[in-house]
Amino acid sequence: MSFLKLRGAHVPHRKNTADCKAERMPVPKTVTIPVVMHIGAPAKPVVKPGMTVKVGQMVAEAGGFVSAPIFTGVSGKVKKIDDVLISNGQYVPAVVIESDGLQEVYEEIQKPNVTNMQEFVDAVRASGIVGLGGAGFPTSVKLSVKDLSQLEVLIVNGAECEPYITSDTRTMLDDAEAVIDGIRLVMKYLNIKKTIIGIENNKPQCVKKLRELAGSNSGIEVRSLPAMYPQGGEKVLIYNTTGKIVPEGGLPLNVGAIVMNCTTLAAISHYMETGMPLIEKCVTVDGSAVNTPKNVIAPIGTPVGDLFEFCGGFKTTPAKVLYGGPMMGIALPDLNCPVLKNTNAVLAFDEKDAQQPEETSCICCAKCIDTCPLKLMPAAIESAYKNNDMELLEKLKVNLCMECGCCSFICPARRHLVQTNKLAKAKLRNYQNAKKAAEEKKKEAVK
Amino acid sequence: MNNLIVSASPHIRSKANTTVIMRDVIIALMPTLIAAIFIFGWRSLLVVGVCVAFAVLGEWGFEKLCKRDVTIGDLSAVVTGILLGFSLPVGIPLWQAAFGSIVAIVVVKQLFGGIGKNFANPAVTARIVMFIAFAGSMTTWQMPDAVSTATPLVALKYGTGELPEILDLLIGNRAGCIGETSIIALVIGGIYLMIRKVITWHVPVTYLATVFVLTAILGKEPVYQLLSGAVVLAAIFMATDYTTTPQTKKGKFIYGLGCGMITVLIRVWGNYPEGVSFAILLMNILTPHINTLTRSKPLGGVKA
Repeated sequence: MSFLKLRGAHVPHRKNTADCKAERMPVPKTVTIPVVMHIGAPAKPVVKPGMTVKVGQMVAEAGGFVSAPIFTGVSGKVKKIDDVLISNGQYVPAVVIESDGLQEVYEEIQKPNVTNMQEFVDAVRASGIVGLGGAGFPTSVKLSVKDLSQLEVLIVNGAECEPYITSDTRTMLDDAEAVIDGIRLVMKYLNIKKTIIGIENNKPQCVKKLRELAGSNSGIEVRSLPAMYPQGGEKVLIYNTTGKIVPEGGLPLNVGAIVMNCTTLAAISHYMETGMPLIEKCVTVDGSAVNTPKNVIAPIGTPVGDLFEFCGGFKTTPAKVLYGGPMMGIALPDLNCPVLKNTNAVLAFDEKDAQQPEETSCICCAKCIDTCPLKLMPAAIESAYKNNDMELLEKLKVNLCMECGCCSFICPARRHLVQTNKLAKAKLRNYQNAKKAAEEKKKEAVK
Repeated sequence: MNNLIVSASPHIRSKANTTVIMRDVIIALMPTLIAAIFIFGWRSLLVVGVCVAFAVLGEWGFEKLCKRDVTIGDLSAVVTGILLGFSLPVGIPLWQAAFGSIVAIVVVKQLFGGIGKNFANPAVTARIVMFIAFAGSMTTWQMPDAVSTATPLVALKYGTGELPEILDLLIGNRAGCIGETSIIALVIGGIYLMIRKVITWHVPVTYLATVFVLTAILGKEPVYQLLSGAVVLAAIFMATDYTTTPQTKKGKFIYGLGCGMITVLIRVWGNYPEGVSFAILLMNILTPHINTLTRSKPLGGVKA
């Protein structure tokens, strides 16, 4: 390529489960399905305690345009609608279903009839599919492109740059036909001529398989990218495949691109084939405390504890359990937390791996600057944040930070840089909102 | 009950912490130390040892006194000690070396807040203090065979004495400070640091290239200018000190350029034969401003 690839961090790969074909786990006894598993408005429960539900039946409807309906992956009885703690610290309602083990399929499941873009987007909306790479942005909203002429390229995210996680790898290997079919559907209905599948070069088997299936002259190109975290970050992937820079506050659409995760595309293909909405997820179960790391297909809402049990339980007492990979993953308070739509891994670490190193003084080594894919200056942001210097934070563009964690990973002084970036982003947002409000007040006073 | 640790991401960290980096710098300095022992004898090890001991002791004592966390474990005081030792003549009285170490660690580093907070390079600043305080012993040079002589730079400047062979300069067989003479050993250390990604090439290469080009233009024996002062030691190990040098690539170029220009300025028109220490100190003072002027441009960022 003629342009330089963005910087990043050489994180360890630890793809221990890359050769573990996904196994379907036994039906869990209970599932807990929170109404917030996506970006946007919470879904609204449509079931009541005591109701009987079947596999694929809706339990919560979309709460607005930017939202997604939610379905059950088990048949059984709705026990209660309970408030549960979710990873952003909020309590939200969750539908708790006691499974009867029969796994009866909901009668109204039928293959959607799709002939044009509107019907396609509506079908995706009805499927409950959200960005399965981890972001959880409702896919139908992403596909609702107003002006199709803007759109030049579909970029398929198969980078899977987080250590440990191999669920996308397994999708690309075991479900490759569905990935390609999903790509063809999006290309057809959104009238896109070109697709680039970006895969890190530590997964040559996926590159080979998808290249074979895509064939030549299909408009689908498979690109092997350096295994450099965060290759799968949206802006990073767009730049490293097309050389285009998404402007501040803009969307990929501003540079003619739409980015979708490979597993999301496979899910779309399956829904169009069968009409069965998104009810289960392939999850990588790994980490130093786990006996037999595996890839597990589990119904959404399954307690993570059940997944670990299915993987032979724990070698040692887990000291830290994560949703997602170790770079951006969220630490869980207990093992009852459910598998969500966008959960691609659950990791359990032993005491040794769970410890956070102690913070020491910044030595001004500039490694955080050299490693930031977006060319931010985390150490400078940290000092601006501590000095409460909002104008400087504005200049340093902390709002662009995608929280990939490269800065904290590389920092020899073990500073909590990305954590400070997150705090600084919130602080800056409040400051800017307050400034705007004050300006408007002034304007009104003048009138 | 579960007692799970809940902490913010990332949950893994790179292996290189401050101590590992400082250990790498110490390893990179070892070839030069060994060369110095061969060239100037065991006394060079003694001088460096005294500098290291008093640097570590100074850091420990000051931090104890101020009830701060003791940070001698990060090995940065050891690095400062070695670098100060390297920039002294082998015949320096040991009490003066010890005094220099205390100045470097306590006055230049700890009084400003310790590692990462000092604005000037401790070893360089302490050397300047000693140069002014102990003008006699700081400029008494010995040849490897213990005969008093002038350094090649003095010979260059005033046209007195004979210039050594290039090969002797590369090996380090000439009069000068303990750690500045063996160019080969210094370059080996520099390459090691670059491979280990402790330093980048930007400052050393810009600095040395500036000195070479400027002296070539001025007709002042550019090869000798590069090989016969402290400029290689300084460019690789002192002008790359994290805390006192700019953080962005652009800043590093400006810094290297500035160091090179001031060094040549002093060597050619100044009162001293060598200008490396002053060049670095002056550029240290400019570093915060260079940092402000050379902030990186965030990807896709709109001007605020």
